[in-house]
Amino acid sequence: MRVMAQLAMVMNLDKCIGCHTCSVTCKQAWTNRTGMEYVWFNNVETRPGLGYPRRWQDQAEWEGGWVRKANGRLTLAAGGRMKKLLNIFSNPKLPSIDDYYEPWTYDYETLLNSPQQQQFPVARPLSLISGKPMNVTWSANWDDDLGGAREYGPKDPMIKGIEDKVKFEFEQTFMFYLPRICEHCLNPACAASCPSGAIYKRSEDGIVLVDQERCRGWRMCISGCPYKKVYFNHKTGKAEKCTFCYPRVEVGIPTVCSETCVGRLRYIGLMLYDADAVLDAASVENDQDLFAAQRGVFLDPEDPAVQREAERAGIPGDWIEAARKSPVKRLIMDYQVALPLHPEYRTMPMVWYIPPLSPVVDVVKETGHDAESQANLFAAIDTLRIPVEYLANLFTAGDVAPVNEVLKKLAAMRSYMRDINLGRDGNADIPATVGMGEEEMYEMFRLLAIAKYADRYVIPTAHAEQAHALEELATDCAVSEYGGGQSAAFGEGSGRGGLTPVAVENLRVLKETQTADSLEELPGENPLRGRVNLLNWDGKGMPDGIFPGDKTGTPQ
Amino acid sequence: MNRFFFGIFPYLCLAVFVVGHIWRYRYDKFGWTTRSSQLYEDKLLRIGSPLFHFGMLGVVGGHILGLLIPQSWTDKIGLSRHAYHVLALAGGIPAGVAAVVGLIILVYRRRTTGPVFSATTVNDKVMYVVLGAVIVLGIWNTIAGSWLQFGGEYNYRDGVSPWFRSIFEMRPDVDLMAAAPWGFKIHAVLAFLLFAMWPFTRLVHVFSAPVGYLNRPYVVYRSRDARARGPQVRTPQGTWDKPGVKN
Repeated sequence: MRVMAQLAMVMNLDKCIGCHTCSVTCKQAWTNRTGMEYVWFNNVETRPGLGYPRRWQDQAEWEGGWVRKANGRLTLAAGGRMKKLLNIFSNPKLPSIDDYYEPWTYDYETLLNSPQQQQFPVARPLSLISGKPMNVTWSANWDDDLGGAREYGPKDPMIKGIEDKVKFEFEQTFMFYLPRICEHCLNPACAASCPSGAIYKRSEDGIVLVDQERCRGWRMCISGCPYKKVYFNHKTGKAEKCTFCYPRVEVGIPTVCSETCVGRLRYIGLMLYDADAVLDAASVENDQDLFAAQRGVFLDPEDPAVQREAERAGIPGDWIEAARKSPVKRLIMDYQVALPLHPEYRTMPMVWYIPPLSPVVDVVKETGHDAESQANLFAAIDTLRIPVEYLANLFTAGDVAPVNEVLKKLAAMRSYMRDINLGRDGNADIPATVGMGEEEMYEMFRLLAIAKYADRYVIPTAHAEQAHALEELATDCAVSEYGGGQSAAFGEGSGRGGLTPVAVENLRVLKETQTADSLEELPGENPLRGRVNLLNWDGKGMPDGIFPGDKTGTPQ
Repeated sequence: MNRFFFGIFPYLCLAVFVVGHIWRYRYDKFGWTTRSSQLYEDKLLRIGSPLFHFGMLGVVGGHILGLLIPQSWTDKIGLSRHAYHVLALAGGIPAGVAAVVGLIILVYRRRTTGPVFSATTVNDKVMYVVLGAVIVLGIWNTIAGSWLQFGGEYNYRDGVSPWFRSIFEMRPDVDLMAAAPWGFKIHAVLAFLLFAMWPFTRLVHVFSAPVGYLNRPYVVYRSRDARARGPQVRTPQGTWDKPGVKN
């Protein structure tokens, strides 16, 4: 046994309202730069739908992820090392910009400079790639909320095998949202595809990162990732991907997408797993066994033997403690309501999902029956092929049994909690039908419905003794050592002063400011201590600390 | 004139080549990339890029054979000069033609595809002109000198090759080169100019050829505090090993 820790996420799809706040805040934080206009580290897809990039799940086309060879060993779906190198001059499976979408802006100036005229001035869309006027015909979310579903819906790769069952007439169809980030897999195919060895998995927390100094722009990771969550910065010529907001989680605050999630549907926590068992679990013969095999790789942090081994592997005590309290562990292992996205890609993804019960509830409701009744919901789950089979295609390689099990737990929770909310006694028979106790079901309800910030995000901080090394590592670049201001001689971001690095310190300052009651209470070294919060200032007079201090730190 | 171009200029260029690469690697690892434009355009690149690159690999191999291996060695293993010539033409012409055709497709693509053209820097343009000139002159030398034999056959292995080796022996034999046809002279000078430009262009990606990939565990693990302890690449036991070890 070799214990490793992994930061993981679970998303409760029933609570996603498709508002795209996570996507927008993530973009503002991470991909709001030239060369990354078309990139969304976090995106929210309407299912059924094509997704972003279009039809990314069609691995017959994209050849992402791993496949199991006849001899039981894993190989990259797009071919082994030699084949990758022979294709290095032109990656045959690289999605083109049209598969994502051509990013654009609007010619706002015509609105501002327009003379008085009879017609209202129009801001034409301009391509951010060529700079020329363009017709907008596709985007990362063109089929949002089933827009154009009659045309696009049938092209959803996940519809395969159930085409006759899925209706795309507006009144008859179903839908839910699927927010996606990088899966930070236990067996990452992007890292395995990288000829330069620039993509690595951090041994402390399992976050998968691209070393920007080692990336040489061979583009194999982009096609290697079956989730299409590695992107090519077309200005710098380097691969970039979701970083699990490592500068934030290192100081104990959740990722931007989680922090800003309106539905509070994301959970972040540690999972302990046995690194020795990963490859065997990823190599099991039957695709439908992969999900159970992956669950078998996780270790129980309550087990004293696991704790001992974890300690021996150098995992700090507070991390083991965090793994015990991990909401992600509870949802995946204790309640077993979370499922991985596309386990059949054999990458062992670590962002898991609680499948949505709402499409089932909607159907029951529409028939006029009681949609809170356990019997009605159970019957619907058993008889409805849609959406259960569709969900199974997403989360269990097509095996409907585990999906049914999860949906029944959610349905049971719904009926059980109705009694409690109406002031009646809880019916112990209801949790028993899904093999749960009353208390356990109530705890699950609390975690899924009303959990507080500190319960949803249990993130152990990186250790202070490592803080110096942590700062500005990984995705930033050595040019940060040389100041800025000079032109990029060899392309975007090259040469001195290329990119502005991410500073852990700024986030620490931010966190202190957010959690302190007043700026007076901040620790002495916080530069905002004693300053004035302009949002509270009424504009009268000149309070102390309204301007920054001189270099000695005393406020003017 | 000959003395400068064939006795001094090569050393200047090689010095810039070596020092330039060290400088660039030290100061600009972030800018060290292929700067691929595949995202903008795929179809022409799919044909042109492999043609050009594999052609160039053949051309470089041919130059190693022709420039570095002395004639006396091939004589010794019983390869007649005629047989060598046939061999060199049989390998060199297809490789050269592939490189030229590939280059034409790539330059055409670069000029006609809007986004690719706007991503082309002045640096790129100058480099393409010099690279293109070197390749075209090289092909011309092969065709004119060895095949059609305009103005008599020129055996570059008696002239250019010993001169090239003499540079590295630190005794540049300028007279050998002074006697060479004009095509070879210009080809050599431009080639050295290209070497001098090399570290400052996207050509640096040649030195990133990822041959190490063939002998690396699939998944790389790195510790967060790698910078403190120096870069480390390790794999937990039982997961991915180096190829041929277990998986």
